[in-house]
Amino acid sequence: MAIMRRRKGGGGKRSENPEHQSDENKEKKGKESEENSKSGSANLNVNLNLNLHSGSVAKKSRKKWSCVDGCCWFIGCICSMWWFLLFLYNAMPPSFPQYVTEAITGPLPDPPGVKLAKDGLKAKHPVVFVPGIVTGGLELWEGHACAEGLFRKRLWGGTFGEVYKRPLCWVEHMSLDNETGLDPPGIKIRPVSGLVAADYFAPGYFVWAVLIANLARIGYEDKNMYMAAYDWRLSFQNTEVRDQTLSRIKSNIELMVATSGGKKVVVVPHSMGVLYFLHFMKWVEAPKPMGGGGGPNWCAEHIKAVMNIGGPFLGVPKAVSGLFSAEAKDIAIARAIAPGVLDRDVFGFQTLQHVMRMTRTWDSTMSMIPKGGDTIWGGLDWSPEEGHACSSKKNSNDQIAGYNRTEDLANSGGVKYGRIISFGKDVADLRSSDIGSVDFRGAFKGNNLANITCRDVWTEYHDMGIGGIKAVADYKVYTAGSILDLLHFVAPKMMKRGGAHFSYGIADDLSDKKLPNAPDMEIFSMYGVGIPTERAYVYKFSPAAECFIPFQIDTSVDGADDNHCLQGGVYSVDGDETVPVLSAGFMSAKGWRGKTRFNPSGIRTFLREYNHAPPTTLLEGRGTQSGAHVDIMGNFALIEDIIRVAAGATGEEIGGDKVHSDIFKWSERIKLRL
Amino acid sequence: MASVLRFRKLCFLEPAKCSSYDEKIKKTDKKQLFETHKIDGKNYESANVSLLEEKPNKQHQRRPPKEWKCIDSCCWTIGLLCTLWWLLLFVYHCLPANLPGLQPPEPPGARLKRSGVTALHPVVMVPGIVTGGLELWEGRPCSDGLFRQRLWGGSFTEIFKRPMCWLEHLSLDNETGLDPPGIRVRAVPGLVAADYFAPGYFVWAILIENLARIGYEGKNMYMAAYDWRLSFQNTETRDQTLSRLKSKIELMYATNGYKKVVVVPHSMGVLYFLHFMKWVEAPPPMGGGGGPGWCAKHIKSIMNIGPAFLGVPKAVGNILSAESKDVAFIRAMAPGLLDSEILGLQTLEHVMRVSRTWDSIISLVPKGGETIWGNLDWSPEDHACDSATHRQFDMKGNDTDGRRGFQVHESTKYGRIVSFGKPASEVHSSEFPSLRSQKKGSLHNATPPVASCGKVWTEYDDLSRETISKVFENKAYTAGTLLDLLRTIAPKMMRRAEAHFSHGIADDLDDPKYNDYKYWSNPLETKLPEAPDMEIYCLYGVGIPTERSYVYKESPPGRCKSIPLQIDSSADGNKNGCLKGGVYFVDGDESVPVLSAGFMCAKGWRGKTRFNPSGIATYVREYKHKAPANLLEGRGLESGAHVDIMGNVALIEDILRVVAGASSVELGGDKIYSDIMKMSEKINVRL
Repeated sequence: MAIMRRRKGGGGKRSENPEHQSDENKEKKGKESEENSKSGSANLNVNLNLNLHSGSVAKKSRKKWSCVDGCCWFIGCICSMWWFLLFLYNAMPPSFPQYVTEAITGPLPDPPGVKLAKDGLKAKHPVVFVPGIVTGGLELWEGHACAEGLFRKRLWGGTFGEVYKRPLCWVEHMSLDNETGLDPPGIKIRPVSGLVAADYFAPGYFVWAVLIANLARIGYEDKNMYMAAYDWRLSFQNTEVRDQTLSRIKSNIELMVATSGGKKVVVVPHSMGVLYFLHFMKWVEAPKPMGGGGGPNWCAEHIKAVMNIGGPFLGVPKAVSGLFSAEAKDIAIARAIAPGVLDRDVFGFQTLQHVMRMTRTWDSTMSMIPKGGDTIWGGLDWSPEEGHACSSKKNSNDQIAGYNRTEDLANSGGVKYGRIISFGKDVADLRSSDIGSVDFRGAFKGNNLANITCRDVWTEYHDMGIGGIKAVADYKVYTAGSILDLLHFVAPKMMKRGGAHFSYGIADDLSDKKLPNAPDMEIFSMYGVGIPTERAYVYKFSPAAECFIPFQIDTSVDGADDNHCLQGGVYSVDGDETVPVLSAGFMSAKGWRGKTRFNPSGIRTFLREYNHAPPTTLLEGRGTQSGAHVDIMGNFALIEDIIRVAAGATGEEIGGDKVHSDIFKWSERIKLRL
Repeated sequence: MASVLRFRKLCFLEPAKCSSYDEKIKKTDKKQLFETHKIDGKNYESANVSLLEEKPNKQHQRRPPKEWKCIDSCCWTIGLLCTLWWLLLFVYHCLPANLPGLQPPEPPGARLKRSGVTALHPVVMVPGIVTGGLELWEGRPCSDGLFRQRLWGGSFTEIFKRPMCWLEHLSLDNETGLDPPGIRVRAVPGLVAADYFAPGYFVWAILIENLARIGYEGKNMYMAAYDWRLSFQNTETRDQTLSRLKSKIELMYATNGYKKVVVVPHSMGVLYFLHFMKWVEAPPPMGGGGGPGWCAKHIKSIMNIGPAFLGVPKAVGNILSAESKDVAFIRAMAPGLLDSEILGLQTLEHVMRVSRTWDSIISLVPKGGETIWGNLDWSPEDHACDSATHRQFDMKGNDTDGRRGFQVHESTKYGRIVSFGKPASEVHSSEFPSLRSQKKGSLHNATPPVASCGKVWTEYDDLSRETISKVFENKAYTAGTLLDLLRTIAPKMMRRAEAHFSHGIADDLDDPKYNDYKYWSNPLETKLPEAPDMEIYCLYGVGIPTERSYVYKESPPGRCKSIPLQIDSSADGNKNGCLKGGVYFVDGDESVPVLSAGFMCAKGWRGKTRFNPSGIATYVREYKHKAPANLLEGRGLESGAHVDIMGNVALIEDILRVVAGASSVELGGDKIYSDIMKMSEKINVRL
């Protein structure tokens, strides 16, 4: 402090007349050197001179431009510039960015809301949004001492500031109880309610905001839009047990139908919200106390259409790797949003373990494990997507080329997508008869690997011994069916908890898996295509053991030239970056089409695919034609479809099916009794 | 030779040193240096050469031709300030949350939790006027980029950025009292609607936090946010707000184990909830169709905070001249807005124009007429304004205390809510005619409003000079004649609003006309619902001077001043302490006088009366105002002020106990500091 003040004083003085001083300075120096160049007899003189000068030299050089001064000056400059820019930015008319964009890229198309408002569309049916996993905000209502001052602040969503400030505290609060799957004692984290729950995930990263803004253009407002925010960490039934979320949704839908003159609602679920809403439809018609007691016609009376966006009806393979090694490419957007969290240097080497421990307490991730077993996802030697051409470069724009190449690839055997997890690349390619797998199920788990050195990073792997881990790897190949056994083996506690809430098979007698009896309802499956999407993984042992997760994706494995589908240890297929086409489209393309045993009342289903086109310029932000899992919420074509339906159009009126992918062909291959 | 080497080394190293910390060391080094020179006579020449070589070099390296200019020192200063600021901020963040010695008092929620109080009944909060946030859903081009941003509440930045646009969007349609075409401004939903009015200015936040401590969360708390600009019935017509409230209460009742809700309305929310209770039991389409037992089934108790049951005189001042001391927090929160410099001289006109389109203000006009508020020569309050006990109430009179107190009893005529000129507020009503003739002359001198005043249209512009002078002639208005005054000067507004609100006292409550919704928010014209188990609390602060009546004068003629009246702020009582700056004060919570807040609980509804046929129990709980002792307390833990009382520890504790299931007996029944019982005695209402 004192130093700074002194410098300030010096600086001030200097600035008073800088020129004079520096002139004086030069003069003195000149004199000095002149004198020094004289003969030795002048030496004494010089010395004296210097001694005389030394006082002034000290004074002079104290005022010199020192490092601290330089720093201050630099910071000052930056700050002033920043403020100036900020001022300019604030003074800028709000239409300016749009003006610039239009100047560069030509006139922008009207946002769909504006366009359709001009066409005379008006708000008609109330709209219910059901957000997916991780996109909804969570806030703290009660916490441990370390969460002081965070009452009613967002722990999830928003800026994620707390992740960096107190990471362990954050992980502790975000975890659920390992036994019950509910809040740990003393901690209460609750979903944010209202439209703000999921309009923006982080500042500037929209989820629902664009859709909301466009709906508002044709007259929607708070009274006829409802965000069915729920705690996405819990299993679906637990949201009702703890927060009565399902009851709230029921009550709100009833209220909106009543206050808008008997108009049925249009439900727009996204991602895992699709499964949540399926659960809701079963729950609401089931008798109390387990269900909502709405009676068998509740859905028919209250719901006009369900417009599923990127729905993982049959689960996502990503969830498997997420549970298995906390490693899927981006099971949580967390990685995209806060890459630092997953960087190993933040908490040392235990980041992934922490993440795994946390996510394994979240029952909801288990709802996304691939469902339908080998019938849907393929066995050891076949898969419905067989013959899919991964031209990793052109895949997005160039469907026709893809069709052509299909022929060639079909001959060469194709990729065995059915093997969701395989150990080693050779195993992934071999014929099933050549794989010598050893059954792991009865294997002795061995001693506890983890000792105290792993500190508080507890994952269930530490309960497994070497033997167990070896047994897992010896089985070599897992299909969707055996994945479940695998998960039961490596994470018994989690699966025991989750097994009570979800089931993954195909029901033989579908008394509780049918769609509700609502013949007038419409179901839309809307999803992006044209982005490589994770489908199967090649695993290997982790290099070191002790506190590690023993398996990891073998990122060194890349496909040969004729096989682009394998990259970095991951086989990919067509999809929206998270959900493969098969999972998003199969139910609407085949499972529910017409009157089937899953859809006894013949609810009409429509497939709407949106071909991915990346944003052409940076100014477009995340693109208006994106097909990516979350970015599709800003896709103009999708928004237009939703608005038309909300304003009263039927599935036929917006054009029925619109298919770009091979979903119908693939569905054909799936032998499922309907 | 060695010395030369050392010397060279020094010379080479020196330029690299960037700071001057070690100035002294250098100095001594130099001295040493030349001393060695002297000794090493032989080598001095080579040394000199090196000196010659090095010196100019050094000079160039150290000082590039850069001059310390003014701008540099500016940058330097800014940099220093920034750095210091960050440093302090950093230190501040590093501090432990609770400094030893500055231990904040334990919140009541934590204390009660330890004594075993836990969440039981769901809580519904009904915010009052102006405290709820409003956000934009559709607007004119000037409001570009404000979609779903708060126009009201929050930081109010838009007022300063685009004031005219802001005013335009907050106005309602002058004819319908609903949105103007092309503009949709809606209430913010959820707890965030009114937890903080502006950043750091809490309204409900403290109460919410304390409720959370005993186990409340989003599922058993509900903020019944509504658009407070609309008349109550219009919130249902436009937004179905009442239906939502009904549905929410039913939902919370069902999902929380069939526990009845506790309703906590504040300020105007009290009237809103009164309206709701009538609405919900009335048959559709006008009502909610809940049937006659709805309230009894769903509501445990109503804990009215700072209730404005019988209106507030402040509303009158606001309507007449947009000038009451602080009917809106606008003045407190954004003082700049009312300063004449920002919008020219027309600020008040703008405010008046906007606020006159808000029907809800009419609901706050004093109700019950002269019976309640007193007539020209009588009023229920005989209140001694004693400066010693009241904060902010400094007297300028030279009289002794005793004499002043005596005078007060004699002369304050609170019944005259508006009087023109100080004499008119003091003399006996029989002397009015003499005053009338004096005043007339000055009126004719006033210049008529000029047409060039632009777009600021207030209804005063439509009034002829004669009407205004007639208004002045009448000298004094009581709560009864006040309505006539308002009808004269604001005919459109009153025509619109009187379809929604009524201000009288019912003679016969069974008259079918009282089924109309315009009577529902007036406690003197409605019966409470049939719910004998319900409890009604009136919780309010006392001990702060509160506006009760006004002395008006004619505005000085100004070119664009179209409001012909203004409060005569020069009228100070020298003998009469209750008059200050043209306003007569009584006891209250700074906004609502005790009479309005307490009368219904103290008398109107006490026992079985015709307003309360089922004998709902009522309790008066007063909280004596105590200004915060030091700055650290913020807005005070024992405040009695209208909004600050929401942070009052005693009040919060009462609410927590009730929501956790305590009965009124456990709470202690009535707790009264003011003269409310005496005042109520004096009011002759048939019960």
